[in-house]
Amino acid sequence: MQYSEKVMDHFMNPRNVGEIENADASGTVGNAKCGDIMKVTLKIENGVVVDAKFKTFGCGSAIATSSMATEMIKGKTLDEALRLTNKAVAEALDGLPPIKMHCSLLAEQAVKSALQEYFIKNNLLTDENRHFFDKLDEDAHDAG
Amino acid sequence: MSDVKRVYLDHAATTPVRPEVLDVMLPVFGRQYGNPSSFYRSGQEARRLVDQARQSVAACLHADPREIYFTSGGTESDNWAIKGTAAALGGKGRHIVTSRIEHHAVLHSCDALARQGYEITAVEVDADGLVSPEAVRAALRPDTILVSIMMANNEIGTIQPIREIGAICREHKVLFHTDAVQAAGALPIDVGDLNVDLLSISGHKFYAPKGVGVLYIRRGVRIANLLDGGAQESNRRAGTENVPGIVALARALELAVAEMPATAQLQSRLRDQLIEDVMSRIPHTRLNGHPTRRLPNNVNFSFEFIEGESILLMLDHFGYACSSGSACTSGSLDPSHVLLAIGLPHEIAHGSLRVTLGHSTQAEDLRRLTADLEQIVARLRAMSPLYEEKTQAGL
Repeated sequence: MQYSEKVMDHFMNPRNVGEIENADASGTVGNAKCGDIMKVTLKIENGVVVDAKFKTFGCGSAIATSSMATEMIKGKTLDEALRLTNKAVAEALDGLPPIKMHCSLLAEQAVKSALQEYFIKNNLLTDENRHFFDKLDEDAHDAG
Repeated sequence: MSDVKRVYLDHAATTPVRPEVLDVMLPVFGRQYGNPSSFYRSGQEARRLVDQARQSVAACLHADPREIYFTSGGTESDNWAIKGTAAALGGKGRHIVTSRIEHHAVLHSCDALARQGYEITAVEVDADGLVSPEAVRAALRPDTILVSIMMANNEIGTIQPIREIGAICREHKVLFHTDAVQAAGALPIDVGDLNVDLLSISGHKFYAPKGVGVLYIRRGVRIANLLDGGAQESNRRAGTENVPGIVALARALELAVAEMPATAQLQSRLRDQLIEDVMSRIPHTRLNGHPTRRLPNNVNFSFEFIEGESILLMLDHFGYACSSGSACTSGSLDPSHVLLAIGLPHEIAHGSLRVTLGHSTQAEDLRRLTADLEQIVARLRAMSPLYEEKTQAGL
């Protein structure tokens, strides 16, 4: 498997590993049967993602995309965090092998799943922002 | 990390060509390059090399030289044995028995026949990967034309009771093929004693180059040709002989057979030490495959709560070349069919690691591997949400 140096860096030295205690939101996506599960926990203050952590069961790119996705939303406003895309995660890692693109979608879904929980809990869902969660309905293993 | 020592532990995938083999093979490329079908001297010299190789391979397998057919490798040998039998005996019956854990060269050949209307029964294996001879007997039908059961499994190393299965096939007058690709060079093979009619081997698994193999076809067994063309291999396998490969395969097999008792003893000792060390130092680990009836060089673990590709990637970073049955390394969504067939749940099968030893393997390499694995598994488990659930559940 040919991974970029960025992917290897985020795999060997993953950022934001762990779980935030008393997190304001959490999301888990994937399943063990398919070989990848990602759990993202967020700390949110005044509409800003002040901390993000992940735990991932999966391959090298699953771990690297989790690391990168959490890194990309830290310090961002909720509105900015909602705009995270799997494409941006993959690009930030200098690309992923085609058969690994589903890992980046899973990372986006993990973040979105946590955000969705927060939006629902705090009555923040509107017709304007609802579409940001559409990707949660996609099967990550169909992406490629 | 280009400065780390590279340790190759994937000898079931392929092996390097050993120097003694290169010595006899290299002159055949540049100096003794004749075509064995040619009339003049250099052609006849090449013919002599192929004939000698055939005699030598026959001696190693306790076969007659007229029963040895050179092919392009294990995949061709398996395809030929299965499709050739089906084509020759399709009028008599259209049922084939195999097992759930065969190599894809066998399983996909059977799939191709199934699309042509043949019926395939793949017998189950037990938790150690063993095929029961009685299960094979029970699967036989009046229209069964072939049984194909591998001698030793490439992933988990389990050695099958080939002699017993062969005896049942004899009793029922059904042809018996065994894929001995992983076994050749590692286990004694006596085609008479094993009751086999067809047997596949591949050179690059025992220190010969890639691209050459053998199909043993017992005298009197008629199967259809896969390749049509010239009269090579007694009109049964067309195509100019891969003379350097054939010479190399014969030399490599001779050496492997001569060294077999010593190699088997050394490797099985290293294997058992590695199993003992890893199992005692890394909790939540299982050994896949039979505890004793296994290839001397094969070790296969599952580490719970983590995924195989990430283990391989970290091992590669630390200098080790190993393999895994996880979906991420197979290019499909499902983990290895062998690991699923022995009853592993998907998530445990995803966390498998195969280590296969070879001539170059030193006890010290395996001691380092154990220590590095312990750290790698701990690092990946610390990242795994499955491990956390398990520890919170009080384990």
